[in-house]
Amino acid sequence: MSSVATGLSTLDRLDRLARQDTAVHRVDPRAKVLATAVFIVCVVSFDRYEVLALLPFVVFPVVLAAEGDIPFGFLGRLLLAVSPFALMVGAFNPLLDREIVTQVGGVGIAGGWVSYTSILLRFLLTASAALVLTATTSFAGVCLALERLRVPAVFVTQLLLLYRYIFVLGDEALRMARARSLRAVGRRGTGLRIYTQMLGQLLLRTFARAQRVYLAMKCRGFDGQVRVARRLRLRMADVVFVVGWSALFVLFRVVDVTSLVGGLVTGASR
Amino acid sequence: MSHHTITVSGLGFAYPDGTRALDRVSFEVGHGEAIAVVGANGAGKSTLLMHLNGLLTPAEGSVDIGGTPVTKGTLADIRRTVGMVFQDPDDQLFMPTVAEDVGFGPLNLGLPPEDVERRVDEALARVGAARLKDRPPYHLSSGEKRAVAIATVLAMEPAILVMDEPSSGLDPRARRRLIGLLRSFEHTRIVATHDLDLAAELCERTIVVSEGRVVADGPTREIFGDDSLLAASGLERPLGMRPCSVCGAGAYESRAGASPGLG
Repeated sequence: MSSVATGLSTLDRLDRLARQDTAVHRVDPRAKVLATAVFIVCVVSFDRYEVLALLPFVVFPVVLAAEGDIPFGFLGRLLLAVSPFALMVGAFNPLLDREIVTQVGGVGIAGGWVSYTSILLRFLLTASAALVLTATTSFAGVCLALERLRVPAVFVTQLLLLYRYIFVLGDEALRMARARSLRAVGRRGTGLRIYTQMLGQLLLRTFARAQRVYLAMKCRGFDGQVRVARRLRLRMADVVFVVGWSALFVLFRVVDVTSLVGGLVTGASR
Repeated sequence: MSHHTITVSGLGFAYPDGTRALDRVSFEVGHGEAIAVVGANGAGKSTLLMHLNGLLTPAEGSVDIGGTPVTKGTLADIRRTVGMVFQDPDDQLFMPTVAEDVGFGPLNLGLPPEDVERRVDEALARVGAARLKDRPPYHLSSGEKRAVAIATVLAMEPAILVMDEPSSGLDPRARRRLIGLLRSFEHTRIVATHDLDLAAELCERTIVVSEGRVVADGPTREIFGDDSLLAASGLERPLGMRPCSVCGAGAYESRAGASPGLG
């Protein structure tokens, strides 16, 4: 269960990174959320066999991470940790779709491989953009931006509380796992059955805690809406940030920059 | 009219499964009094506290806060008057940063942002946690969490403070600091606790609850000196009130006397 501990310390690190003060961190959270949203829409809207045209999009996460002092090694490890899902999603494409769609160096490449590559590339782009957004804005900042962008309060409150209590829940799970392993005496406890019981326990404790948290909120006048006092001010730089990046993404979406540059280079060399 | 008084009369409560948690509980609390509610585990302390700010509404009997009965219609006023500090600060601190958490209540009261900010700063300064303002709550130590939890309640500027086990989980120094802090308050205070030494230091009056009933209500020192009453309620005389194991002198007498002898 040390993976829980690793997970918590990773979230913790994200949080600390988000408290830095760089040009990227200072951009209004709404601007970053909007730009990231446009980015994601552009990336996922490509045809399923598209690979080359996706490549230019990498500038967004890379530039933001570099300017925002987010270590690439840390991002890489996080991406690796969440990659199994993306790896599974397209795993059968190469088997199902064997039609040759392109030739590279005289070798035919099946459509399945191309679409699999495309899926992985999209995963890398969107996941890294979301991670960089969180690491430069903080989870609370993203929630605040969502609230101000008129996302329904129910969702925002859910996200806020989820993030706040994931640490408490993780700690609780960790303590239970420790208690189990101390009395498992080197054996594997009594196997899977114990884990289902522990999960049930954890769920019950979560209910009880949710009840107490709700009471505490009611005591302080909670009426269904979480109010945050922090005021956001949209500066010119924020507008430039959104408009600039969005224009670039739309350009990448409409014009195949990779082929264009490739054409120019090969054309020039001839 | 003073908002700082509490009148509980004939209060009874049973949980849905039929367990009687409170049975004909009656007492009065005057302006500025500090009262300890003590009793064994499951004696009904927490259930009693939950009635004081309307988290539970009286099924039998009544609860009056400053002359206003606790009913569904008066909840907003009652909760503004009675601030409640929960046993587990993690239940109470649910916002991303300390400042936002302390500001949660005042914002819900509909105060303008400048006032909210002022109240947040004042409340945090009051509990000595001003430097924690921008920290996320889960990075704080238990003592810091407790201090911030109290600040979240102070920021609502209540007349009455109700606290459930305020010293649980604190190391001796944090506990000492907490006692100093609670002593400095002028609010009417109700403290449910197992920490009888804390009760002895903080409260002149003590209410003993056992199996949902008030079995004693009187000066703290008298009650904690009554060993048979304490034993019947599942309690023990606090360490500070036991005779010195070395010299045999009563702790309070020796403290009041010229000098505590070395035996």
